[in-house]
Amino acid sequence: MRRLSFTFLFFLVPLGIFAQDDLMNLLNKDAPKEINYTTATFKSTRIMNGHSIERMPEGQLDVRISHRFGTLNSGAYNFFGLDQSNIHLGLEYGITNWLMVGVGRSEFEKTYDGFAKFSILRQSTGLKEMPVSVSVVTSIALKTIKFPDQTRTNYFTSRLAYVAQVLVARKISEGFSLQLTPSYIHRNLVATELDPNDILALGAGARLKLTKRVSLNGEYFYIANPKTYMNPQIYNPLSLGFDIETGGHVFQLFFTNSLGMTEKQFIGATTGQWKKGDIHFGFNISRVFTLKKHRKPANY
Amino acid sequence: MVLCINNLTLNRIIMKRLFLLLFFLNILIAVNAQKYMTKNGYIGFYSHTPMEDIKADNNQVAGVLDITTGDMVFQVLIKSFHFERALMEEHFNENYMESDKIPKSSFKGKITNLSSVNFAKEGTYDVTVEGDLTIHDVTNKISTKGTIEVVSGGINANSKFNIVPEDYKISIPGVVREKIDKNLAVTVTMKFTPVATK
Repeated sequence: MRRLSFTFLFFLVPLGIFAQDDLMNLLNKDAPKEINYTTATFKSTRIMNGHSIERMPEGQLDVRISHRFGTLNSGAYNFFGLDQSNIHLGLEYGITNWLMVGVGRSEFEKTYDGFAKFSILRQSTGLKEMPVSVSVVTSIALKTIKFPDQTRTNYFTSRLAYVAQVLVARKISEGFSLQLTPSYIHRNLVATELDPNDILALGAGARLKLTKRVSLNGEYFYIANPKTYMNPQIYNPLSLGFDIETGGHVFQLFFTNSLGMTEKQFIGATTGQWKKGDIHFGFNISRVFTLKKHRKPANY
Repeated sequence: MVLCINNLTLNRIIMKRLFLLLFFLNILIAVNAQKYMTKNGYIGFYSHTPMEDIKADNNQVAGVLDITTGDMVFQVLIKSFHFERALMEEHFNENYMESDKIPKSSFKGKITNLSSVNFAKEGTYDVTVEGDLTIHDVTNKISTKGTIEVVSGGINANSKFNIVPEDYKISIPGVVREKIDKNLAVTVTMKFTPVATK
């Protein structure tokens, strides 16, 4: 009879467990698998100087104001560089969720620039597993500063430089993201024969989240060309600083050995050296405006 | 010895019969325990302040209602809440709900006045629902009024209630505190259809 009562109990069990947990299991069992896209690999569309994998979503306008001050080693007389300021203004817009475009103007060589950033792959888990996000950035820079040599024939095309970059990023964990940025720059006119028209560089950038709204960022570009014969000699740009996010604004505060704020300038024309103290304090301010509101999902 | 064997055989026979009886009883009860389910229920919330109105909608809420017991559960993927502004959606997931770490919110509860609902007759019935609401990995007991609508082919459940983000350890920094209502108005609209129990 002991075995019998065990059997009896065994069959009683299913009668008693139609409780809430069981209903929850029913939901989980039938839950459809979804694609879970990784968001906020970086907080802004720039890591510091260079592009990050992030793009403006459709209908969002990013107004960017960037400053690079003079060098820290310029001394107390120049208030450690703050007396001198270089500015870049940018207007950037998300046309679709895979394409953003932007235009900007730098004080440095009175340069106008335009770019397009295409999202090719998005990191995701769930239904679709994708280990990395990949974007392509192409940009063009037009320097409008007067030609140094007015006596020779100067062509309009001599003012132009082109940039192509592939951005490969992975949000490795909730608090740490990494990006590699192979870059190619072509300059139609360079200062001397020894200067290369084409520059190849590999960039690396990282973001380490310190709190929910503050992160430590770093960015470095290794320039593959021999740099010794260039005039002026250029150095690899390194930037270190913080992203601070407050609602609709992102503030990026950092130190960098580069004065330029577009790819052509900071990859191709960084003359400062960290070890000599040619360090510029810089900041980017990004303010996002929603020009086109999302289509509302069907409502009951 | 002989007696013993007989006893054992008898036991086996009884066991077999009971086994069958309980087996069928089980099926019978399982069928009777009527469950209603949905995978595209709606939960939305609304925040109104003089500075900004924030509205989010989620049409992928999964829920089950057991009309024999009044048990009710909901489960929702936080990333399925959609906002008018893309940046708000990012902040919601990244800064407030920490959706990568805590992807889901859920509710497990019960209709406390089940007897006042006649599931056999179409109509709208006022109900009180009590249970555990888990948001951002924090569980609070809530009790709210709502309606059960018995319609042909299904059951609709509706409710409106307020929640306080701080009750769920969702910290809102001082700079944006004025932009987010202290009480968020939550709307729940579920259209359940019957499920065949396996």
